[in-house]
Amino acid sequence: MLSRTASNLFWLGRHMERAETASRLFEVGARITMLPNTEEGYRNEWESLLRASAASDLYRRAYDEVNEENMEKFMIFDRDNPSSVASCMYNARESGRIVRTALTSRVWDALNVAWQEIRSLGPGQEDAADLADMVARHASTVHGAIDGTQLRNDGFHFMKLGNALERADSTARVLDVKYFVLLPRVEFVGSGLDSYQWQVILRALSAHRSFHWAYGDDVSAGRVAHFLILNGEAPRSLITSVHEALWHLDSLVRRYRDDVPHTARDRAQALADRLNGLDIDEIFYEGLHEFLTDFIIEIGQIASCVQADYFHGRG
Amino acid sequence: MYYNEMFDGEKVREAYTSLSDWVERMPEDLRQMKQAEAEALFRRIGITFAVYGDGGDPDRLIPFDMMPRVFTQDEWRGLERGIRQRAKALNAFLNDVYSRGEIVRAGKIPARLVYQNEAYEKAVVGFMPPRGVYSHIIGTDLVRTGRDEFFVLEDNCRTPSGVSYMLENREIMMRMFPELFRGNKIEPVDGYPELLRHTLESVAPKKCQGKPRAVILTPGHFNSAYYEHSFLANLMGIELVEGADLFVEGEFVYMRTTEGPKRVDVIYRRIDDAFLDPLTFRRDSMLGVPGLMDIYRSGGVTICSAPGAGVADDKAIYTFVPEMVRFYLGEEPILKNVDTYTLWEDDDYKYVMDHLGELVVKEVHGSGGYGMLVGPRSTKEEIETFRKLIQKNPHNYIAQPTLALSTCPTFVEEGIAPRHVDLRPFCLCGDRIELVPGGLTRVALKEGSLVVNSSQGGGVKDTWVLSE
Repeated sequence: MLSRTASNLFWLGRHMERAETASRLFEVGARITMLPNTEEGYRNEWESLLRASAASDLYRRAYDEVNEENMEKFMIFDRDNPSSVASCMYNARESGRIVRTALTSRVWDALNVAWQEIRSLGPGQEDAADLADMVARHASTVHGAIDGTQLRNDGFHFMKLGNALERADSTARVLDVKYFVLLPRVEFVGSGLDSYQWQVILRALSAHRSFHWAYGDDVSAGRVAHFLILNGEAPRSLITSVHEALWHLDSLVRRYRDDVPHTARDRAQALADRLNGLDIDEIFYEGLHEFLTDFIIEIGQIASCVQADYFHGRG
Repeated sequence: MYYNEMFDGEKVREAYTSLSDWVERMPEDLRQMKQAEAEALFRRIGITFAVYGDGGDPDRLIPFDMMPRVFTQDEWRGLERGIRQRAKALNAFLNDVYSRGEIVRAGKIPARLVYQNEAYEKAVVGFMPPRGVYSHIIGTDLVRTGRDEFFVLEDNCRTPSGVSYMLENREIMMRMFPELFRGNKIEPVDGYPELLRHTLESVAPKKCQGKPRAVILTPGHFNSAYYEHSFLANLMGIELVEGADLFVEGEFVYMRTTEGPKRVDVIYRRIDDAFLDPLTFRRDSMLGVPGLMDIYRSGGVTICSAPGAGVADDKAIYTFVPEMVRFYLGEEPILKNVDTYTLWEDDDYKYVMDHLGELVVKEVHGSGGYGMLVGPRSTKEEIETFRKLIQKNPHNYIAQPTLALSTCPTFVEEGIAPRHVDLRPFCLCGDRIELVPGGLTRVALKEGSLVVNSSQGGGVKDTWVLSE
């Protein structure tokens, strides 16, 4: 497969997932603003979101005030924001257009329809939950088309690999929003507000129901963190995402054999081994934010290795 | 009066009888529904034609007309023979002007028109491409003015586009109106990709070992014909590459893949000569492959069409194609050229300047319906502006009489009405010369307009060749 094709498929997978993350984050923000927020120190939840997604500077260049209206424009529709839903959907479709030859018509159709729909919308037409539903629905259609129609060849693995790595990154960021930013004061920990916010995080990851099936009613920091980091049954947990990435990397290594380097696989294997050996107390002891920061960097490193192993073409 | 493809006076021509019934039976609301369905299909599969710089929708659809244009087997055979003949002569000409230049020495074509031509590539002089083929895909633009009157408007010997529409129009028609295809014997066109692949593989370079690997080279997804490039690559099952995917090492060209470098034998390029190789042509080109021309000349790779093929499809050279047929093949041309006035000749110049209002004037290197004057449809100011342009640089223009282009019934707002059409069949030249029965019919959707180019708002139709 052409290196450029592989790279576009990888980014198609990443951008679809990133679009979903943007709409989920926006929904988290919108839900949290529904809380009574008289306490000093977390006046503006939207600020926290911006900081968590490392987009504050970009935002300030285009918008004066941080409020829901502007945030909707910025996170959903703004094509100058590379992480907005519209940008990511556009990029996913554009990657798809570039590699039309590597996609089934179902996948192309799903991508194209998703982009046409988002393009036809404007700010203020839908509420946050509907937008998130819509994006999630389109993402599901694209994933379903990929799973149901693509050959299980290298192209498939690159798409799914991009997906898995992005998902690992995005779950880590959503978690980080909660732990590091939304609760600036330690005395909130364990309060009703704290618990509500964890629920919002679970909800944003479409995981509030499955969490209760797995852990019962008690929503505590330790349990939610365990669920989203170390539970191998949770579909968006870090450990699940890393195992999936590893599975696709292993498939590529098997397919290409020894004449292609496999630094990405080796690195993902090391990360999976490390997560397998961790318990949640150790993570909290190390510091959740610190742990997540390291994790996000490590995912970035694995992505760079993928680039070096496969997208360079060694010409 | 214009020749009407469907009607002879009140009478429906035989080839169109079943279509005529079909049209009469079709209720207006069904037609509109089907039209919307066709558009949705085109948009869904992503067949769009990007026109940049006009502020319009970059994903614009080419209007698709559901009323097919029909040729009988006899009509088609005549056209096919004429096109093959032309293709042979054009390739013979290309071989000749890059080697001995017999036709120039024989005084049949002025040396200046060949050797001073912008499209003449000194870089390939003396080089004989595999099987002597310079132009592998020739798109011949034809118009009809009467029952047996066909004229060639131009030959596109470089990278003619539109074949994807020929294939997709058929696909959409079959999907929407299967009953039409059950009731009529319509020759299939879907063998085209296979023939194209065979053509490309049959011109593999001499250093190629084993099964040739062909690729399509595209300028990228911003190009207006990108859809076509990816569509063809997909149907042929070959890679669609950009310049940066290729590199030259040693005696060969390779593409960058996830499994390391892979050798490439045949490049069907859809980029212009000037961008092929920054070491030979334009230095600032980012689209090409540095060093490609050296590998080409040493037989490590075949480029389709060959660099320099453009010298045969120039509007000035066009006037000499019948001469080429006589000179190289010793035959009489089957297809006629349109009478052409060449403005660098004094008599022609004077005549054209006196009759600008009746003629069509074209830039020698123009394409896409740009840079032309349609005399009878132009204002006084437009004519005067053109007059000044011609005075400044007469070498840059040719003029032709305004042809009475045939019309074909076309679905328009008010119902069905005649609109002018042309035809572009695609001729493949490799170890043999092949055409699929059909081509791209373009239709001028504006009433009375003679300009069918898609960049000028023209539409497309399915083109049928009926079997016996």
